[in-house]
Amino acid sequence: MQRTYEVMFIVRPDMTDEDLEKLTSTLSTQVTNAKGTVKNVEKMGKRRLAYTVGTFSEGIYVLFVVEGSGDLVHEIERRLRVSEPVIKFITVRIDEEQKRLDKVKKIRDSHRRGAGTHAAAAAEAAAAAQSEPAAEAPAQA
Amino acid sequence: MADEMTQQTPAAATAGEQRQGGRPGGRPGGPGREQRKYFRRKKVCKFCVEKIDAIDYKDYRLLSQFIAESGKIVPRRLSGVCTPHQRRLGRAIKVARNIALLPFAGTTR
Repeated sequence: MQRTYEVMFIVRPDMTDEDLEKLTSTLSTQVTNAKGTVKNVEKMGKRRLAYTVGTFSEGIYVLFVVEGSGDLVHEIERRLRVSEPVIKFITVRIDEEQKRLDKVKKIRDSHRRGAGTHAAAAAEAAAAAQSEPAAEAPAQA
Repeated sequence: MADEMTQQTPAAATAGEQRQGGRPGGRPGGPGREQRKYFRRKKVCKFCVEKIDAIDYKDYRLLSQFIAESGKIVPRRLSGVCTPHQRRLGRAIKVARNIALLPFAGTTR
């Protein structure tokens, strides 16, 4: 059963970039070893925590988007729990929400097509007009 | 018989008068409703207006608009968010709290 999950975790703020890089790369190899695929890795940077976690009031947020079964998530969470620099993590299943959003979008698009393509064309023209001056401005400067 | 009748009618009349006289004073919202002192704008759901379908727990900037100073989720009747969106909003806020993006209610900084 393939499902998509977002695994967000916080590592301690005093971690260096290379250590963080090492941590994420080992984690991605572990994911692939556990028959999962890493779709995206995003380092969201350092942020002040809303409340203190242990002794930390800051943390570096990292987001993994993985695809796999529930066993994979179990394995990832176990590893995160064991790894010392990780102070907090959360796993959220996103495929069902994505499915719902796609459905809503489809309905909305079909409605729009019924209403006419004038609005879409006008919006495109407006977007083009907006982007043009933006493109010119740096060239002048 | 006739005396009784005459006695009753004035009494009833005065009672009626009192009731009539009591009403406008007691309920200010009754007759003078057209002249409201302040104008209350109709609240609209931000998510419906801006067509935000996905309420993401990562978007703490958006979510923080819907939590009070104390960290509590702002009720629908104050924020004007529609029921389906409030449901998703609440869920997103609760997830965001778990990953320290938003404070729990009552946690002092």
